[in-house]
Amino acid sequence: MDIHRYEKIWIGVSLVFIVGLMASIVYGVVAVGATTVGDSGETVAANDLSNTTFGDPGGHWASDDHYVVNVVAQQFQFRPGTREPVVVPANTTVTFRLTSPDVVHGFEVVGTSVNAMVIPGQVTVATTRFDRPTTYGVVCNEYCGAGHQNMEGQIVVVPRETLRNASANGTAASLAPPAGDAPDGGVA
Amino acid sequence: MAFVDDHPLEAKVARSSIAVAIIAVAVGGLLGLLQAWFRTGFLRPFSAVDYYAILTAHGVLMALVFTTFFTVGLFTWGVTRSLDRGFHDRRFTWAWFALMVLGTALAFVSVLGNLVGWIPLHGAVLYTFYAPLEASPTFYLGLAGLVVGSWGAGVDYLWSLYAWRKENPGERIPLQTFMSVSTMLLWFLCSAGVAVEVVVFLVPWSLGWIPRVNPLLTRTLFWYFGHAVVYFWLLPAYFIWYTLLPKFSGGRLVSDSIARVVFLLFLLLSTPVGVHHQYGDPGISQGLKFVQMTSTFFIVLPSLLTAFTTVASMEHGARQRGGTGRFGWLRALPWENPAFSGCALAGIMFAAAGFGGMVNAGLNVNAMVHNTLWVPGHFHLTVGTAVALSFMAVSYWLLPQLTGKRLRFRTLAAVQPYLWFVGMVFMSNAMHREGLAGVPRRTSVPQYSQVAFNLPITGFDAVHLQIVAGAAMLFVALLCFLVVVTATWFGRRGEAPLAVNGHVPEPLSGPDAGPRILDNFKLWVAVAVVLIVIAYGIPLASIIQHGLFAPGSAPLPT
Repeated sequence: MDIHRYEKIWIGVSLVFIVGLMASIVYGVVAVGATTVGDSGETVAANDLSNTTFGDPGGHWASDDHYVVNVVAQQFQFRPGTREPVVVPANTTVTFRLTSPDVVHGFEVVGTSVNAMVIPGQVTVATTRFDRPTTYGVVCNEYCGAGHQNMEGQIVVVPRETLRNASANGTAASLAPPAGDAPDGGVA
Repeated sequence: MAFVDDHPLEAKVARSSIAVAIIAVAVGGLLGLLQAWFRTGFLRPFSAVDYYAILTAHGVLMALVFTTFFTVGLFTWGVTRSLDRGFHDRRFTWAWFALMVLGTALAFVSVLGNLVGWIPLHGAVLYTFYAPLEASPTFYLGLAGLVVGSWGAGVDYLWSLYAWRKENPGERIPLQTFMSVSTMLLWFLCSAGVAVEVVVFLVPWSLGWIPRVNPLLTRTLFWYFGHAVVYFWLLPAYFIWYTLLPKFSGGRLVSDSIARVVFLLFLLLSTPVGVHHQYGDPGISQGLKFVQMTSTFFIVLPSLLTAFTTVASMEHGARQRGGTGRFGWLRALPWENPAFSGCALAGIMFAAAGFGGMVNAGLNVNAMVHNTLWVPGHFHLTVGTAVALSFMAVSYWLLPQLTGKRLRFRTLAAVQPYLWFVGMVFMSNAMHREGLAGVPRRTSVPQYSQVAFNLPITGFDAVHLQIVAGAAMLFVALLCFLVVVTATWFGRRGEAPLAVNGHVPEPLSGPDAGPRILDNFKLWVAVAVVLIVIAYGIPLASIIQHGLFAPGSAPLPT
């Protein structure tokens, strides 16, 4: 095959470029810990969640440094998230466990790397840490039916001790302001 | 003698296919304008719910109908011209064409049912139709008709090639036939996934014959098809860039063998990459996602090879036209000829889109843009410009040969590619930027009440204006195209010389410089199947470990 010298150089540079791209991803996974959703191995009966961990969704402490939130994404709300915000501790490992009783939804925590699909029958597990107390918006980013554009919510990050004390006193729900206006302007 | 005189039947088939493609792009383009104006809040003449039916129709018409019909028309011309022999059996040919048209009509009417009360069908499920959202059976059957019909076109090309080989033993397959056939082989391999999804699962489920389907399984089968389909759109554009753009530039293709290698790499790598659309999905391990990321990054290689060869061929053409200097040759190219400028601008856009695609392909980086407005911003550069603009550009050259009529309104045609290009720069740039701020795709509202999106540099007013104005420019460009092709179509035959001819110059380095094994399609298909089994065997086995229908979901009509 006739391959011009310049083209050979180009092919070489291209291969180095491609390997470099993959190296950058591997670096992100290994050194920064930037991973994505994997296989949790869990399945649920999508059309009846009552006898599962999603029967009474919400957050709980799994250990001193691990807070787990079960969220049901359904047409057209997150439970919790939409009517009352999800409350999570700052500087703590937070795991979101998500499932859907109806159709495919998205769970995008805007401004973070949490951006996962919620599929009926499957349990999506996404783990992250929030550095400081603030409020994040959550949107469903997969079309889920006629009310899809109304499917949104909030995550309120509070200081770890605040949530721990409130959990102990049974007053965690009162930490969250009523769901309402978007933080910081809210223009999209 | 134009193509229409040499092969009247095949010219009619190609012409009819391209006519359907043009109708699809006309309707789909109007819907696209409405959508862009609706979701930016600029003009909201219908309800937020109707938006999704309009979005579905836009996606299906543009991404599936326009592309598929134009491709089978273009390849019908390319295979017939390069083998210089007609199709085997006209009844078979018209049967697949009729099936494609019928399927398209059925799917389109189903979607229309969401907008028009007296049509008792529904299909606002978007062009990804993820279960358990459910459309009427007619929607799925219609799409199946479109796909299976297009397989018939592939059979016609293989049939012609088979007959030609018997008469010309030992000769190298002409390049245009090689490209058409390898693209169709890719299409057979990948669309098998969606065919299984639709025929085995979604149609019986939407008819109520089976109560539940596993949404992760049907979704994975969709993406088995869903990324390879983008190469089914792209390779006809590559066919144009490799075999016709050098001629439009005034020169010859640099290397025939590189072109063959590129098409074979796509045949091998297009399908075992689909899981990169499912990085955010549960039920598929990160290791398996990583495997398909590797093949996704390697599929950048044939496109980088194409960038070199097409630019080198354009430079060769420019130097034949008297161009000189390191970059000065660019001025010698025929920028006033829309067949050339459309392809060249499409190529520039594709280069930009390639870099965005590398972001999408990154296992973890993808989370920044997944299902945001970045994604449609990306594919409006790829299928919406690299492919669509190349198709429009080649129409200016090809339609006169398929109809025997000289191109009309040539000034309008000359302006059209630039208008499309600038409109898309505005619209796509704005969509990319909104996506980086986290704004979701596939939503009918311009703002959310509980969510703030932080857009750096400018506010949302500025990017919304770019989308509104960009979409308007694209629509005007589309109207220019429609005026030119319609006027040409309804012009009179033999009124004026065509001003174009179907001669395709030989490459500078011909097929004999490359090994004959390149033409061994049986071997390459076998390798492609092995790669697919490696990439998809374990994920599919893991997804169906609880049974084909478990964990299952009942349908929810739109």
